[in-house]
Amino acid sequence: MTSLVVADHDNGSIKPATLVTVAAATAIGGDIHILVAGSGSAGAADAAASVAGVSRVLHADNEVFGHNLAENLAALVVELAGDYSHILTSTTTTGKNFLPRVAALLDVAQISDVSGVISEDTFTRPIYAGNAIATVQSSDPIKVISVRGTAFDGVAAEGGTATVHAVAHATDAGLSSWLKDEIVKLERPELTAAQVIISGGRGMQSGDNFVILESVADKLGAAVGASRAAVDAGFAPNDMQVGQTGKIVAPELYIAVGISGAIQHLAGMKDSKVIVAINKDEDAPIFQVADYGLVADLFNAVPEFDKLLEG
Amino acid sequence: MKVLVTAKRVVDYNVNVRVNSDNTGIDLNNVKMSVNPFDEIAIEEAVRLREAGTAEEVIVVSVGQSNCQEQIRTALALGADRGILVETDAETQPLGVAKCIAALIEKEAPGLIITGKQAIDDDFSQTGQMIAALAGLSQATFASEVVIEDGKANVTREIDGGLETITVSLPAVVTTDLRLNEPRYASLPNIMKAKKKQIDTYTPEDLGVDMAPRLTTLKVEPPEGRQAGVIVETVEELVDKLKNEAKVIS
Repeated sequence: MTSLVVADHDNGSIKPATLVTVAAATAIGGDIHILVAGSGSAGAADAAASVAGVSRVLHADNEVFGHNLAENLAALVVELAGDYSHILTSTTTTGKNFLPRVAALLDVAQISDVSGVISEDTFTRPIYAGNAIATVQSSDPIKVISVRGTAFDGVAAEGGTATVHAVAHATDAGLSSWLKDEIVKLERPELTAAQVIISGGRGMQSGDNFVILESVADKLGAAVGASRAAVDAGFAPNDMQVGQTGKIVAPELYIAVGISGAIQHLAGMKDSKVIVAINKDEDAPIFQVADYGLVADLFNAVPEFDKLLEG
Repeated sequence: MKVLVTAKRVVDYNVNVRVNSDNTGIDLNNVKMSVNPFDEIAIEEAVRLREAGTAEEVIVVSVGQSNCQEQIRTALALGADRGILVETDAETQPLGVAKCIAALIEKEAPGLIITGKQAIDDDFSQTGQMIAALAGLSQATFASEVVIEDGKANVTREIDGGLETITVSLPAVVTTDLRLNEPRYASLPNIMKAKKKQIDTYTPEDLGVDMAPRLTTLKVEPPEGRQAGVIVETVEELVDKLKNEAKVIS
C-alpha cells in the first residue's frame, strides 16, 4: 500500500497544508510518496524530500505545470496513479480544482475534505457546513482524498531523507492558459497559517472600520478575517472570508468582532483553540461557542483592547 | 450558443439541520428544499449571457427524484428556457451526476456549462470538475468574473490569497463563486410563465449511466459540541483571562 501526496507548493517551498496531508497519509499507513509538479520547482522538491515520513519525491518540472492548470496537473496524476492505493492532496483552491478531475478520469469517487482516518478505506468528513460528520467507506480500488487543513497536526518539515526522482510526463492539454494573478500582498500572516485571527462581521459597519482590527492584529501578529456578511456587504474582500464557503481555520486564538455567529461562519472557525466574541447583542449565537464573551459596543471595546495590549 | 446549468435540490440555506435519530443522515421531514445557492448564481449568470445576446438558450438540468422538478421550475422562473430532469431514486453522488450531465452535453452540445462550486448539503465541490473531465473539456472553477469572446472565456478565479485569471477554450465548464453575481428574485408573471415551459425527463439508463454509489455512508453524527465559556464584564478582564488563564497572548 502506497500513498501519493500531491504537494501544494509555490515552486520554492512546500505549503504547510501539505504537511497536514502527509499526516493524513501517515494515519492511513504504508509508504508515502510526494509529487511536486511545477516550473522552476527544484526548491519545492528539495523541501518535499526532507518532510518526515516520505520515502520518495516525484518531481515533474515543466512549464506546463507552472500555474497549476487543472487539465495538465490532473493528466499527470492520472498517468502516475496506477502505482498507488491512495491519492491525497490538500483542500486548498489548487487541490479542490484538479483532484475531482483525477477521480473522474480514474472512474472513482472522491472523498472531499477528510477530517479523520478510520481505516484505509473509511474516513470521516464534515457535511452541511460542519453541522454533521459523515463516516464514509469507499469501494473504489484507488482512494482519491482531499484533506482538511485543520484536521491533523502537520508532520515535521525536516528530518526526512527521501530520494528525488524526475518525472518526464508533461503534456499540455491545450484547453486552458494562464493570464495573470492578482495576489494580495499580505503584511500579516495568511489566514490558514495564522496562530491568531481577528475577524470582523456586519457589526463593523464599514470596510474603513477594519483598521481598528488591523491595529490589534499587528500587535498580536494576527491575520485579519471576515464573516460572509461582511464580505457580502463589501467591507472586506472574499479571500478574507472565514466560513463554510471561505477559509476553514483553527488558530490558537480566534477573536470574533461584531459577528453574530451564523452556522456557516461557525463551520469555518469552531475548531479554534480559544474563541473570543465581542458583540453588543448578548443573544448572538457566537456566544454559545465562545470561551470568553464580552457584551459591548465593539467601537469602544476594540480600541480599549488594543490599548491594553500596548501596555 | 446554448448554456447548460445545473440546479441541485438541497435543504434550504436557512434551515438549521439536525442529524436523524438513527444516525443515517439528516432529518428531512418537513424541511424546506431549495435550489443550491451556488447553482442559483450559475442560473443567473447564464440568463444574463442570454440577455446580453451571447447565449441563445439556457437549459437547466437537475438529477434526482421527481420532486427535483420544483427546482427546475424555480430555475425556469428565473429565466432558464427549458428543463431536463434525470430522474432516479439512487443516491446522487458527484461521479454519477457528472456522468449524466456529460451524456447530456453530448446530446445538447452546449457552448458553456455553468455549475455551482459546491452543494451546501454534501459540501463535496466535485461535480463541475468531474463533468469537465468526463466530457474532455476545460474548466474554470470558483469564478468571480466570466467574459466570453472569440470562442474563449476569460475567467477570473478566486484562489487562496487572491485572484487568478485564466483563458479557457469553449466549450468549457465554469463553477461559480459567491461574487460572480447577485441572483434576481423570480417575479410572479415569470413564475406563471415557467409553468408552461418544457421539461424533458430521462432516466440514467436512457443516458447509459450507472449511478451505483461508490461511497457508502456508514453513519452520520452531530459534531462534537463546544461548551459556551464565560461572559467577561470588562476589556481588562478579557485581556487578563487571555494572558493568565488561556495563555494565548503574552
